[in-house]
Amino acid sequence: MSKYLTLLIVSFSIVFVSACGDSRIHSHGVYVLVDTSGTYAREMKKASKIINYLLATLNPGDSLAVAKVETRSFTEKDIVAKVTFDKRPSQATAQKRAFKDSVEEFAKGIKGSAYTDITGGLIQGAEYLNETKAGIKTIVIFSDMQEELGKGTIRDFPIKLDGFRIVALNVTKLGTDNADPRLYLDRLARWEARVRKAGATEWVMVNDLESNMESILVTR
Amino acid sequence: MTTWNSWLFWPNHVALSVFALAALAMLFLYAARKPMHGVIYSVCTLVSQSMRFVSRWLFLSAENLRVRNQSVLLAHGQESAATVIDREFERVGNMIRKDMQEFPALQRKIMEEATRIEDDYHKCGEVPPPPPEWVDALKSVAKIKSGGDIPRQLLEDINKSIQKIHDKTVAEFRRSYEERHKILKAMQPSWRSVEKLAGEMDKKMLTLQTNAKQIDGQMGKLEDIRAKDNKTEHALTVSAFVQLAISSLVMVIALGGAFINYKLIALPMSEMVGASDYITNNMKTSDVAALVIILMEASMGLFLLESLRITQLFPRIASMDDRMRHRLMIASLVFLIILAAIESSLALMRDMLIADKASLMRDLASAAPAASNGLLTSIPMIGQMVMGFVLPFALAFVAIPFENVVHSLRTVIGVFLVQGMRGLGVVLRFAGLLFKRLAKVLELTYDVTIVVPLMIERWVIGMRAGSTGDTGSMEEKELSKSRRAA
Repeated sequence: MSKYLTLLIVSFSIVFVSACGDSRIHSHGVYVLVDTSGTYAREMKKASKIINYLLATLNPGDSLAVAKVETRSFTEKDIVAKVTFDKRPSQATAQKRAFKDSVEEFAKGIKGSAYTDITGGLIQGAEYLNETKAGIKTIVIFSDMQEELGKGTIRDFPIKLDGFRIVALNVTKLGTDNADPRLYLDRLARWEARVRKAGATEWVMVNDLESNMESILVTR
Repeated sequence: MTTWNSWLFWPNHVALSVFALAALAMLFLYAARKPMHGVIYSVCTLVSQSMRFVSRWLFLSAENLRVRNQSVLLAHGQESAATVIDREFERVGNMIRKDMQEFPALQRKIMEEATRIEDDYHKCGEVPPPPPEWVDALKSVAKIKSGGDIPRQLLEDINKSIQKIHDKTVAEFRRSYEERHKILKAMQPSWRSVEKLAGEMDKKMLTLQTNAKQIDGQMGKLEDIRAKDNKTEHALTVSAFVQLAISSLVMVIALGGAFINYKLIALPMSEMVGASDYITNNMKTSDVAALVIILMEASMGLFLLESLRITQLFPRIASMDDRMRHRLMIASLVFLIILAAIESSLALMRDMLIADKASLMRDLASAAPAASNGLLTSIPMIGQMVMGFVLPFALAFVAIPFENVVHSLRTVIGVFLVQGMRGLGVVLRFAGLLFKRLAKVLELTYDVTIVVPLMIERWVIGMRAGSTGDTGSMEEKELSKSRRAA
């Protein structure tokens, strides 16, 4: 009898230990890149909406970071706000409030940058999300996806995005795209090919922010 | 096509080739006839015998199981009947003890009432005073024959006196009767009191009689069970089915309550154990913790009812001495109250968390805060708290149907198992019979394929028999010999 009891206790312990070890596997990690270059900086209101949606949807234990895309974005300095929500729902709610305030503060004092370093932002986002050890890692790019690199900025090398989901949001058409739509389509195709080559599991593009916002996050 | 051609001796003459092939096959099959018949017979007999053997074993096992079920069922029925009788005796004992205690006082009261009634009766029986003695004097005066004034005067005086005394006597007589009437009137409450007491006694005796009848009924049932009566066994089996159905229904309702309970505490439990911890791929730790709390409540309820001797799932608790049992009961009750209080506070926390989240959502949507009506908003919160406190106690009573399910499920499963084994036994026996007959069918089918050589054989045997004069069927003898060998 005691033998069976010991066996039962050991099995339960194994289950609990193994279960507690992989608790991060179920968590979400989201890194939002907000393009602040040129005229796109005016789209900040929409970006705030997206961030609020993410705050409402993410659960305790998930991670969220918002960073701006500037001339050179591979730096922690570009991270506007970051948080890993507490496991307790009440604390997580308080953290969400504080996060919202930080983003609002950032939106008020936004300044347009001369260049757009999306690749640098992607690498920085991948680094941050890998550190969070989140189970589902999503990089949201709020940009027109038109990369413009400054002099001396080197980004033409293979990047690693293994296991990441890349979501491009509000990819607006430029004046030249209107003249020749192939430019727009080619740009998107190029980005998709690049992130897939880097190892991304999914490439999602959402332009209809009113009705297609749930595509940003995958359901657990 | 190539495969088919490879079987033909003369590919250009298909018919001839097929005929040659058929003749060869027939020859081969004819040569292998006896061993093949033996194989068919052996295989079919083996399968048939095995099936018969398994079928017999199933029938025997089913019978053993039925006997075992019967003994368990009767033992359980006997135990139930004994418990009922025990309780009836206890009730009767209590009644008798209580009433017997009252009987001397009742008797004394009745005796007092009877004495009072007797006294009053005696008082009523007092006769009025007899007529005065002057009646005799009057008779003597009346006998005087010579008249005169003196007797007349005397008689007149006497008459006057008589009138006076008569009036007085009549008045006295009336007063006396009035008094006796008063006494009789005063006797009325005593009569009523005696009547009431007698009625009470009668009522108690009637209750006692009813209980005695119930005990008689249960004793009869117990006797039937002890006699292993088929009718009683059937009644007990049916009762087990009914009990299982009713208990299952109650259990389903209780499960509904447990589910609501779970919903009440699953969210706030995440505040305690964390919302992002998972035990398995899809099972949150907070959900499991909520489930554990509910199961603990059910367990405490079970122990409480066990220690109250309402259920008897744990013989060790039932056989504990009263002091220990009482302690266990108090401990279970205290734990249950603590768990109910925890659940109530969790329900409050749930409401607060939901309100907090709703407020955050409003902030995120930049919407104006909803106008709050203090009373209306607090009603759901109070309701949740009350439910959180009450549901654990309601859940505690699930131990009663659970015990019923445990007891009746054994009988029901036993009945189904016996029926299943018997059914399988019948099927196997039938299949065995089929296989037994199949041997003959297969042998005959085999013979059909080699009908030509067989005809030749019969013809040859017939020729030989004709020449030697032997009329016995050689073929049949050989066949039966080979079967016996097989």
